[in-house]
Amino acid sequence: MRKPLTLRILSALDSKGWLALGVFLALALVVVPLLHLAVPEDSAFHLSTYFITLIGKIMCYALVAVAMDLIWGYGGILSLGHGLFFALGGYAFGMYLMRQIGRDGSYGADIPDFMVFLDWKEIPWFWSGSDSFLWVAILVIVVPALVAFIFGYFAFRSRIKGVYFSIITQALTYAAMLLFFRNETGFGGNNGFTDFKRVLGFSVTSPETRLVLFGLTAVMLAVTLVFASWLVKSKFGRVLTAIRDAESRVMFIGYNPLWYKLTIWVISAVLCGIAGALYVPQVGIINPSEMSPANSIEIAIWVAVGGRGTLIGPIIGAFVVNLAKSWFTVSFPEYWLFFLGLLFIVVTLMLPQGLVGLWKKLMARKEGAAA
Amino acid sequence: MIRKLLVVLLCAGSLSAHAALDPAQVRQLAAEDSSDKVAAIRQLTQTADPDAVRVLKAMADDNLYLAGDQTVIIEGDKAFDAATGEAIKMPANPESPTVNNRIRGELASALAALKLFDPDVTVRLTSAQKLQSQVTPEMAPLLARALEKESDARIKALLVLAHAQANLGNEDPEARMAAVKALAETSSPTIKSVLLPLTEKAGEPDDKVRYEAIATVKAIDSRLAMAENFGRAFSGLSLGSILLLGALGLAITYGVMGIINMAHGELLMVGAYATYGMQTLFRAYLPDYLDWYLPAAIPAAFFAAALVGVVMERTVIRWLYGRTLETLLATWGISLVLIQAARVLFGAQNVEVANPSWMSGGIEIMPNLILPWNRIIIVGFAMFVLFLVWVLMNKTRLGMFVRAVTQNRPMAGCVGVPTARIDTMAFALGAGIAGLGGVALSQISNVGPDMGQGYIVDSFMVVVVGGVGQLAGAVWAALGLGIFSKLLEGWAGAVIAKIAILVCIIIFIQKRPQGIFALKGRFVE
Repeated sequence: MRKPLTLRILSALDSKGWLALGVFLALALVVVPLLHLAVPEDSAFHLSTYFITLIGKIMCYALVAVAMDLIWGYGGILSLGHGLFFALGGYAFGMYLMRQIGRDGSYGADIPDFMVFLDWKEIPWFWSGSDSFLWVAILVIVVPALVAFIFGYFAFRSRIKGVYFSIITQALTYAAMLLFFRNETGFGGNNGFTDFKRVLGFSVTSPETRLVLFGLTAVMLAVTLVFASWLVKSKFGRVLTAIRDAESRVMFIGYNPLWYKLTIWVISAVLCGIAGALYVPQVGIINPSEMSPANSIEIAIWVAVGGRGTLIGPIIGAFVVNLAKSWFTVSFPEYWLFFLGLLFIVVTLMLPQGLVGLWKKLMARKEGAAA
Repeated sequence: MIRKLLVVLLCAGSLSAHAALDPAQVRQLAAEDSSDKVAAIRQLTQTADPDAVRVLKAMADDNLYLAGDQTVIIEGDKAFDAATGEAIKMPANPESPTVNNRIRGELASALAALKLFDPDVTVRLTSAQKLQSQVTPEMAPLLARALEKESDARIKALLVLAHAQANLGNEDPEARMAAVKALAETSSPTIKSVLLPLTEKAGEPDDKVRYEAIATVKAIDSRLAMAENFGRAFSGLSLGSILLLGALGLAITYGVMGIINMAHGELLMVGAYATYGMQTLFRAYLPDYLDWYLPAAIPAAFFAAALVGVVMERTVIRWLYGRTLETLLATWGISLVLIQAARVLFGAQNVEVANPSWMSGGIEIMPNLILPWNRIIIVGFAMFVLFLVWVLMNKTRLGMFVRAVTQNRPMAGCVGVPTARIDTMAFALGAGIAGLGGVALSQISNVGPDMGQGYIVDSFMVVVVGGVGQLAGAVWAALGLGIFSKLLEGWAGAVIAKIAILVCIIIFIQKRPQGIFALKGRFVE
């Protein structure tokens, strides 16, 4: 007989893990809001709006990194097109945010400004229902899932893998970027969606809304982490890892890798979509450059820096790389690409297990020295 | 027709008999009313008399005056009778007729038309070429006369067309019919637009002529469409050549080592900047031979890119064999470093690489189809590089080793092929070919730090479609993709065409994951 659900969820993390998760949630849900709202602005402990937005953004990235790790670290499939699913989620939620602007746009029309600009008279069919939060929430999940399913089904069925798969996902996101750059596609062309005013009737710029979005992102990240830990320890996760290590053998034993790969691929895409949906109201803009191949490949480096095949690694990687990025682009903008490029080279050459692997090695050496 | 020619001939004969112009007609040039002036100018033009040129030129230069009832030309302190050209006494108080813009335009086209009678062949030729787009029905007799006198075959052909165009407005249906028939062989959009009014009842009362015109317009349309498609196919061919130059190197490195070099596009960039550097050197030290910087840039670009390739292989890629996905990321990192290095060294702006003079211009095949020299040379260059690579891969010892390593690395190692060195050589070769692609690219597109980014996806698509380690596959895939995407662009626009191509490739991979040309042999995954 199987263990009850609560027990299975509890066994996803060890006691240390649950403790860390608790501390993280307490920080995100209690300490950060207090420091932002209650502490006066001139105090050294005050957290600025910039900080809240930055960390909120990076938590969205961390969510994407965990999604990427599930497919790459555990499935052995390197996707260079995850930016597409992220952007699809973002665009889906952006549609709702655009509709929430209502008549407050610069043309004062019922339809979003860019449609007025295109001389469209009414909302096109694929926008119908986008004023309903519930419908859009469904879209955020269903659209990336559907795209991932269709693409993944055909790709995995013909057993495309390795660099072939990577490059084809890159071509996919590149094609989608070109498509979204067109004005006629109906998603704002070059400029994408921006100038949001409200979400569920609350102003997107008010500190309270920002904190709620921040908290939601933190909770989503925590839930994803627990879910992913459970998933990779389950039988499903074990078969997946086996496929990564020796696909032919798994097939000879009698498993069909197609459905395992496809499931993790769709789950990963949905997580990216949700991250995109949380990202857009916090950052306030979504445009086709999110789908550029360079963005997608950067996701891979977050995972690689943190450590593939561990779940905490991608989160650490996303934080380290993105904090470095926001520091570099302010202080030494011309050296950022050098740093990023060298990061790609150094991590792949010298840190195949990432920072987590390095930490483990150091601990092992320390223990060895102590013994 | 013959009778008409005879009449024209007689006219011309009688005109040349008495050299002077009709004084009354010349007097009209200084008439009060602008329309009268225009009429006089046109009549004078019809005479095709060298004297007419003299008078009209004087009028255009504001040297034509009216003294009482006599029209005179005054140049400095000398006066001539306008009609006869004889020197006369300076009149007392000459009046200058008003020459407004309308008259000036009329004068300019009249003088241009009269150039058809210039003794110089080249002047006549340019004049006849210019005329094609501005023929009016009144010009018919003039053109007929010019046609009569013309001996040069090229000018004659142009004049036949112009004459036919002018005759489209003739009263006589027979003449119109003849004109339409004379235009049947052309394929210029302007002539089509001239013929269009004749295809409707309002523009052409005669049924026979109208049907002929409709048929002619159809024929011109189909020729125009053919030329357009041919032009597209050619630009597809030149795009295919660029893709081929990008993909050849990639095919070699991917075939030998099984890795995707994401910095391949940046090796193109290195080649393009090497071309720029060579151009700068020539400007500074050999300005007289500036046109020949391009041939000098070819080896420079090859070795510059190959050197970067060797450094990449020795320092990074060598350590990642067997870890293809990591190699993908590491080479991406290299590409970022190279892009930023180009920005720091040459600035973020595009640099200017000029075409040598022998590459500008083109061959005109049809009025709406011009093949530019730089594209033709690039296609030729790609073929040349392809030939070199073929020789290298199939006729040399190095090529044999590379093929051996591609097909079965452990076995090649067992029989004594130095696989590690072959890897370096193959990588340098692939990089060098990318550098050559950069030379070609510098001649048709912008040279800037980001230029390579757009080519990596395309180049890889060529390799995927063509099949790994196959030169023939890369060639067919590059040309096929190039031509297909240009033809598709013709009716769907560039973006949709690109998306369609990518989707087609993704579907294609489903059917043939090994590409069009798969290596035959036994493989272990």
